[in-house]
Parts: sequence; C-alpha cells; structure tokens
Amino acid sequence: MLLLQLKNITKRYPGVVALKDVNLDVVKGEVHALVGENGAGKSTLIKTCTGAVVPDEGQIVIGGREFASLTPKLSEQMGIAVIYQEFNLVDGLSVAENIFLGRAIRKGIVIDRKAMARETAEIFRQLDIDIDPNELVANLTVGYQQLVEIAKAVSQKAQILIMDEPSAPLTQAEAESLYTLVEKLKAAGVTIVYISHRMKEVFRLSDRITVMRDGQIIKTMNTADTNLDDLVKLMVGRELRETYPIRKDCVSDEVLLEVENLSGNGVHEINLQIRKGEVLGLAGLIGAGRTELAELLFGVKPKTGGRVVLNGTEIHPRLPKEAIDCGIALVPEDRKRQGVLLDVDIKGNISMPILERISRFFTVDKKEEKRIAGYYRESIRIKTPTLEQKVKNLSGGNQQKVIVAKWLASEPTLVIFDEPTRGIDVGAKSEIYALVNSLVESGKAVLMISSEMEEVMGMSDRILVLRDGRIVGELERKEFSQETIMGLASQG
Amino acid sequence: MKDSSPLKTIGRVAASIGKQYGIYIVLLMLVLFFSIASENFFVSSNLLNVARQVSMMGIAAVGFAFVLLLGGIDLSVGSLVSLVNIVTAWLMVTAGWNPVPAVIVALALSAAVGFSNGWIIANLRMPPIIVTLAMMIIIEGVAYLICKGLPIFGFPKSFSVIGQGYVGPVPIPVIIMAVIMGLGMFILRNTYFGRYFYAVGGNEEAAKLSGIDVKRVKYLVYTLSGFFAGIAGIVILSRTNSGQVLSGKGLEFDVLTACVLGGVSVSGGVGKMSNVLAGVLVLGVLSNGLVLLDVSQFVQMVIKGSVLLAAVALDCLQHRKTA
Repeated sequence: MLLLQLKNITKRYPGVVALKDVNLDVVKGEVHALVGENGAGKSTLIKTCTGAVVPDEGQIVIGGREFASLTPKLSEQMGIAVIYQEFNLVDGLSVAENIFLGRAIRKGIVIDRKAMARETAEIFRQLDIDIDPNELVANLTVGYQQLVEIAKAVSQKAQILIMDEPSAPLTQAEAESLYTLVEKLKAAGVTIVYISHRMKEVFRLSDRITVMRDGQIIKTMNTADTNLDDLVKLMVGRELRETYPIRKDCVSDEVLLEVENLSGNGVHEINLQIRKGEVLGLAGLIGAGRTELAELLFGVKPKTGGRVVLNGTEIHPRLPKEAIDCGIALVPEDRKRQGVLLDVDIKGNISMPILERISRFFTVDKKEEKRIAGYYRESIRIKTPTLEQKVKNLSGGNQQKVIVAKWLASEPTLVIFDEPTRGIDVGAKSEIYALVNSLVESGKAVLMISSEMEEVMGMSDRILVLRDGRIVGELERKEFSQETIMGLASQG
Repeated sequence: MKDSSPLKTIGRVAASIGKQYGIYIVLLMLVLFFSIASENFFVSSNLLNVARQVSMMGIAAVGFAFVLLLGGIDLSVGSLVSLVNIVTAWLMVTAGWNPVPAVIVALALSAAVGFSNGWIIANLRMPPIIVTLAMMIIIEGVAYLICKGLPIFGFPKSFSVIGQGYVGPVPIPVIIMAVIMGLGMFILRNTYFGRYFYAVGGNEEAAKLSGIDVKRVKYLVYTLSGFFAGIAGIVILSRTNSGQVLSGKGLEFDVLTACVLGGVSVSGGVGKMSNVLAGVLVLGVLSNGLVLLDVSQFVQMVIKGSVLLAAVALDCLQHRKTA
C-alpha cells in the first residue's frame, strides 16, 4: 500500500531548480533509503514533506489525501516525523519530560512526573532502549539523545519517520544500537525514509533505494537488486570507487612535531611524533580525547604540562592565532559552528586567517585576496559560479572545501583534520582524500581524527588509539585492523 | 496554487528589492510626504538644518553600528556624550584650559570608558546590555558629580566653530559626520579589522578558530564606539555653547533605531554603513517634519518608539526566513 506519494514535485529558487519533476512512492512498512551527493535535493525533498518548503508544482499524497503543499502542523497531523541531525530536545529537562514535551501528563494543574516516567519506561521497554527516564538530556551522549528523539516521534504515533543522516554524529557502537532500533521499528510497522551517506548501512537496513542527483530522481530500485558499485555510479553520475587514493610513500625521517608528556583539557601525558610527509591517524571513541588533544595543539585550550616542539622549536600557543603563526591549521569537527562564516562570501572565508598578511596599513589587498581565493577554487574545485557567493548557499561538501581552502591558503606545515568528511558526499570525500595526499606529498604533515574506521585505516601511515584521554596503542600500517583498533579503543 | 506562482515571483522580487533598498524607499516617501504636508520642509535652509540636526546621531551611529555588527550593544553612548560634554566644559571653564587639550583629554576619556566596556564584556563574559547599562548609570552619576547638576558655560569663542561654523553653505558638524561615516565605511569595507567585526558577530567560535583574537576585536569595537560618542559630545557642546548633563540623554535609542532601520542586524554579523546613513536620515527627517507639522513632543516619542519596534520586528522576521 502506498503511504506517501510525491507527484511531479518541482521547486525553484532564484537561479536554481532544487527539485525537478520529482516522483517518489513510499510503501507502508518499508525502509526506503534516499541517497545522493550533497546538493542533490534530498533536504529540499524532506522539507517538502514536513511543510517547511512549499513546492511550485505537483502534489503530495499521504494516506489517500492529496495536498498541493503542507504546513508543519498538517504534516505532523498526517503522521510525518523527522529526526534531524540537530536534535530538538531541551537539555535542562529529563528524558521523560522531553518525550512528553508539550503534552505533559497532568494531575489538575500539576505535572505528573511519575506517570510520565512510567510511560516513558514502557515505551523504552518496547523499543529495547536502555535509558533512565529521569536522567537529564544534557547528561546523555549524542547517540542516546538520538534514541530519545526517535522514541519521542514513535510515542507521538508517527506513521512515517524521516531520518536525516542519523548515524553521522554517532560512534560505531552507538550506530549499532540505532540500526537495531530501526529494524525494530520496521517490524512494528513504522515506515521509514532513511537518508544516509554511509553505503553500508543503506544496504543493511533498506528495502528499496532511491537515488537523487541534481534535483532529480535518478532511479528507485530494490536493495536486493543492486550493489555498491552501481549505486555509487548512479549517485555521482560517473565512475568512482569508494576507496582511498593511493599515494606514494613520502614519509621522511625528519620529525616535524614532537609532543612530550602533554596534559590538560582532559588528556594526560600524551607523547607522539609526526614526521614530515606523514599522515598520523587518531582513532578512538567519542570522548576519548582526540578533539581535546587537537584543541591543545591548536591553542584553543591551555595545557597544564608537557612540551610541544614544532620544527625544532618549542611552541606555546595560547590562542589559535598563535598556533596559525607557527604553521598549524585545524579543520574543525563541526563545520557550521566552528568552520564557516555563513553570512560571509567564499573569498572572505578563505582569506580570514591571512587577512593581516595580505594587508598594508590595515587595508586588505582585495586583488590579492581574490587571486588567492580564485586559485583555490580552481585547485580544489569548489563548485560555485562566483567567489562572492555567501557560504550558506553552498552544499555541505563545498562548505568543507572552503574550509580546507582557507587553511591551505595559510600555508601550514601541519594540518589537523577533525572528522574531515563527516556528512559530505562520496565525490567530495575522495577529493578531500586526494588533498590530504597532496599535502603530505609536498612534505607537510597531517594529523587526522576520524570516527570512520575505514577512513583512518585507509588514509593513515600510522594510527594512535586514544582512550580516556591517554594513548593506549600505536599501530603501524601492516598492523591495521578494525578489530585491533576497536579492541584498544573500547576495553578498559 | 499553480496559477499563483507568477504572483509569488513578483512578491519575491519585491521582497528582495525591499530588503536591499527598503530604507531608501522609506526615506523618499517621508521626504515626499513632508514636502506636500508642509511648505517649509523642502527648502534648502531646512534641509541643511536636518543634516546638522542628525550629525550628532550620525557620528555616534558609526561606532554603534560596529558594536551591533559584533553582536553586542552599547547603551552607554548617550551618557558618554553627556560626560564628555561636562568634562570638556569643566576643563575649559572651571580649570581654565585651552580648548585643544580639553578636547583631547575628553576624547581620550571617552575612548577609555569604551575600552572598559569592551574589556569587561570580553574578559568577564558578561552580557553587553548589562555592562553598558551599568556603565551608563555610572557615568551619568559622574557627570552630575562634576557639574553638581548645573550647566557650565562661558567657553572661549574659538570653541564654537566646531558646532556652529560653516564651510561655504555646509555646517561643520555635517562635514564631521560625513568624514566619520566615510571612515566607518572604509573600515568595514577595506580594513582587515573591519572584516573581523563581521566574522566575530557572525560566528565567534569560527572566528576564533580562524585565528582572530576575538578579545582584541571587542576592545577595539567598544573603544571606537566610546570614541565616536565622545566626538558627538564635543560637537553638541560646541553647538549649544553650554555643558549639560542631559545633552546626550536617550541618544543611544535614537542611534539604535537608526542602525536597525539601516539594516544592521541586532543579532550581529550583517549590516552596511551606507544604509545606516539612510537610517539616520529617516529619523532626522521624521523628527524635523513632525516639528514642522506642530506634532507634540509626546506624540513624537510614541512614533519614534514604534519605528524602533517596527525596525527590529522586520530584522527578526528576515532572520527567521533565512534561518
């Protein structure tokens, strides 16, 4: 039975067609995966279903009723719920209060906390979720928060659950419990539209897959009838393998960065060396101290002890500015919050760390700024008609490229990448990998933090595993295996 | 739904024109209205008068716009004008100083007060609205202490040139405003620290991680706000020829209204100096025209307050749409 049907949906924005004559059928009880590169139109499609976007043409049919457009309220009434990457939970309230937010169980005018906790516990029991209903949401990890968000949607009798890259912020273990939950929901008859960049989970979870590209539906097929290669081909429209570009061995004997007994910001007695031309991977679970270590090296947080020696001189960055002046760059984990200036144009974003260098008497040399931005637009292929485009109008992958361009422009000797490919599409991913390779091939060094196991193993020359703020293992390339790394990262 | 799409397109185009040029359209309509309603309005002497009346607001608006771009606010601008007013008057009359050192000391003082605002906001992480509100009350008190509530007058004749002089037909305050507005425009468009204002106001975390010393940017912006308020204070003093505590009273709200009318977002990161000038002129034309039409001062207050509310509402609506 068709539960949700989009008929000939078209949505135009000034200058672009975001959705072009889109037709999509979602059958009751299926897990329907929606895949495509960033900017393919997936988000606009979802927003059409939630009433956030009003289509210019076409109809939306839900449970037999036909609409030209929806409102958020109408969409909710028709049983559509969306799990976004940013959660809509209130940090300061308990899990149970969040589940019943806006429809609290009351005795007279008093909120009945016990009843809410009881009912929440019951919902959790059905879904096999192990969370204390009385815990504050602020104390939960991202993974658990997401489970709460899903449970909330289910408790509101959602018929169609749209999940927008739910596994992106999760660790491997957390993702596992997400998958279990999805399978459980499916068994309970909930229809799921699952958007993801991770091909493995798409194959594991979905019944059917719809591929989008450039605002159009390319193909909808049964998951059983396709394979990874075909799918990737359909997504990018050209042949591309989800593998790691080969680089020639360029690790030199010269040590670029030496860290001795570094402590502070939740990490303890870190000792490590990075050589010129080397990619050092940092593996570990979320909260193991990988980002925290990067923050120490980059001067975001103060160290409490230890030494950092870069190129033979000891450095004490107390601000990112000072670290940048030493030749360190950090591509941060959270693109929107830490990386880009959304309201600033592309060239303004790229030139930010070097503005003072290209200024004379406080005045920015705009020609030089444009030249540099233009150079990086070409060399790392930022897809944009003009450098004056505001960054908020770019897709995730292109935003990430802008951030990388910004750091390349500062001509660093050490680049720290923190989750460099989170939430970006396959095509942009392999371009980022190629960039990392060209960095080390030109004698620079890279410290790469990633929660994607394959990525760390595929890209690193050496891997350090962190747990509870300490280094618990060091692996050479020939020793790399998912089991070893997971073992080191999670035991203890 | 289908047949309404050309209408929608027209609406969208209108909205985007309104967003970019709305303030100029409002200015034009006000000028038209008052020209028809009062025969004394569109006369060159009156227009120059409007320009001179708005010059104090315009001077202070430059620093205030910087603060708003940074995502902050500076409520102390008005009482800083008063303080500079009183201090300069006191130095010249009571202490018998020459106007030049008196002005220099007063301007340094206003910059120092601005710097303190910035230092407290950046280092103690206090909300700017509270810090500058407290500062506003403190410096108003200080101004009263210096003059004991009485006006100070009897300045050297040369001092009155700043506020009352002309170059050709153009009043000197208007020239000062033009220079400072130009400077503000240059800072925002061409200097690296002007770019930092947008960066810090737009996304402080990203700005910091891009190598911007956020604290220093805050010191600079609040110092400039104080400094420009100081200049406005000198101009007012010279024009009225009498140092008075109430001279800057409420100016911060006029300046805030002008900036927001000019499209500077109260949430930081967005705004242009040229539009701020238009915002200043709208307010100036409005008060001048209402006076010419003999509208009572209290009705004017109601109108000005409503304009501020409408401007902020528009700003918030636009932000919600783009979010």
